[in-house]
Amino acid sequence: MQQPELIPHLFRTEYRKITAVLCKLFGIEHIEIAEDIASDTFLTASETWSIKGLPENPVAWLYMVAKNKAKNYLKRDALFSQKIAQQIKASAEQAETIEIDLSAQNITDSQLQMMFAICHPGIPAEAQVGLALRILCGFGINEIADAFLTNKEAINKRLFRAKEKLRADNIAIELPSAAEINKRLETVLTTLYLLFNEGYYSAHTNTTVRKELCAEAMRLTHLLTENEATNLPAVNALLALMSFQSSRFEARTNEQGETILYEDQDENLWDKDLIDQGKYFMDAAFDNNAGLGKYHLEAAIAFFHTSKTDTKEKWENILQLYNRLLVTEYSPIAALNRTYALAKARSKEEAITEAEKLDLEDNHLYHALLGELYSGIDNLAAAGHLKKALALAQSDADRTVLRKKLSLLTGNDTP
Amino acid sequence: MKDFLFIYRAEPNNGPAASPEEMQASMSKWMDWLGNIAAQNKLADRGNRLHPAGKVVKPNNMITDGPYTEIKESIGGYSLIKAASLDEAAEIAKGCPVLAVGGNVEIRELNLM
Repeated sequence: MQQPELIPHLFRTEYRKITAVLCKLFGIEHIEIAEDIASDTFLTASETWSIKGLPENPVAWLYMVAKNKAKNYLKRDALFSQKIAQQIKASAEQAETIEIDLSAQNITDSQLQMMFAICHPGIPAEAQVGLALRILCGFGINEIADAFLTNKEAINKRLFRAKEKLRADNIAIELPSAAEINKRLETVLTTLYLLFNEGYYSAHTNTTVRKELCAEAMRLTHLLTENEATNLPAVNALLALMSFQSSRFEARTNEQGETILYEDQDENLWDKDLIDQGKYFMDAAFDNNAGLGKYHLEAAIAFFHTSKTDTKEKWENILQLYNRLLVTEYSPIAALNRTYALAKARSKEEAITEAEKLDLEDNHLYHALLGELYSGIDNLAAAGHLKKALALAQSDADRTVLRKKLSLLTGNDTP
Repeated sequence: MKDFLFIYRAEPNNGPAASPEEMQASMSKWMDWLGNIAAQNKLADRGNRLHPAGKVVKPNNMITDGPYTEIKESIGGYSLIKAASLDEAAEIAKGCPVLAVGGNVEIRELNLM
C-alpha cells in the first residue's frame, strides 16, 4: 500500500484502538484528550512520513508516538496529571513510568469496555450510534454526517451532547458484572443492530458507505463473540442475522445503484461464505437451550431467505416466526412482512383482510404491500396503492422500483 | 387506547389426548390470532395459558380442588389487548380460536389504579 492510501487505512484501523486504550487509562471524562492525542499521532505521522518515508513497521511507529505523546501530555499538564495520577494511582512525577499498554489483549479489552460505556442506557440511541462510529469505528465527522444524511454541525452537536452525558453520569469503562451483563448487552446489541440497519436499509445511494457501516457493525459484534463473558446466545444470533442479510449485498443493487428486489436477484451473487458463517453462528446461538429472543427469530427468518425455494411450508415457517416476533415486540416493518408471509402461506385474500387493519396509511411500504397483494385480484386497487406508495416514498431507489411495478401492472410507462 | 383483559374459557377437554400434529395445529391457530392482533400493535401482553389443575380457597380455610364445581367452563388463558373501546375489543375477539371449540372470550376493561 502506498503512503497516500496507507494513512487513511491506518486511521480507520488504529485510531479507534489508540483512543480506546487511552480513554480507558484516563477515564471517560477525558475522552476528548484521548481523541486529541490519537488524532495528533496521525498528524505527526503524515508530516514525518512525507519527509522521511515510511517507517519499517508503521503500526508500531504509531503506537510508540501515541505513547510518547500521552506521556508528554501527562508531564506537561500539571492539573490533568494530578487528576489522572489520582485515578491511576501514580504520582505526577511517575508520569513517565505510567504503562501505556498497547498490546493486542489490552486493545481488545479496552474496545470491548468502551463499547459498553458508549452503549449506556442513559445515552440516546441515535447518539450511541454516532459515538460508536466515531470512537469504536474511527469514522471521521464528515463520514458520520454522510452516513446519517445530515451535516457536520448536527453530528458535532450530537456527539458533544453524548460525551457530556458520559461525563455527567461518570460512566465507568469496564465490563458489567456477570449479573448485569445480559441487561447491559441488550443496549449494546440494539446499537449494533441500528448501525447495521443504517447500512443495510438506509436511503443512501452510495453502496460503499452502506457496506462499510454493515462491516463495522459485524466487526464489533464479532468482538463480542470473542470474549467469554459476552459470547452469549443473543450475540451469536445477531451475528447470524447480519451474516445472512449481508450475503445478499452484491445482488441487491445493479450498476446504477438501483435496488434489485429479492425475487429478481441473481442467487449466484449471494455470498456463500457469509451464509455459511451465518449458519455457524446460528448453531452457536441455539446452543445450551437459551431462550429464543428477537434476534434468534429474525436470524431464523433471514435464514429462510437464503434460499429462494418457494413452498407453502417455508412460508408457514416464516409466518409463525413473524407471529412470535410480533408477539414479543411490535414494529411496522415486521407487521408488513408478516402480512406478506400470510399471503404466501395462506392466500392473498386473507392477507388483504389483515393488511387493511394495520393502520399504516402513512407508510409507503404499506401501500407497496397492498399494491402487491391486490395485483391479479383487483388491478385498479393495486395501481391506486402503488401510486400512493410512489407519492409517499422517500428515496429515488424506492421510487424507481415502484414505477417499474406500476408500469408492469398498467402495461404502460408512468412519469 | 384502553387495556382490555381477554379471558378465554372453554370446557375442559376430557376426550382423548391431542396428537402432536393436532397440538401443533392448535398452537399455530393461536399464534396466527395473536399475530394478527400484534401486527395491528394492539397486543399489550400475550398473557399465558393456564394449567387445568387448580385450588380454590374459601372462608374458614376451606380448600377445594379446581374451580369446576361451580362453573362448567374453566379459564384456559388470558391476554391483554389494546383497543379504543369495548366494542372494538369485542370485534377483535371475534376471530379467537377458542370460539371454534365451543368456548368463549370474556372481555373486561382494566380499571387502572
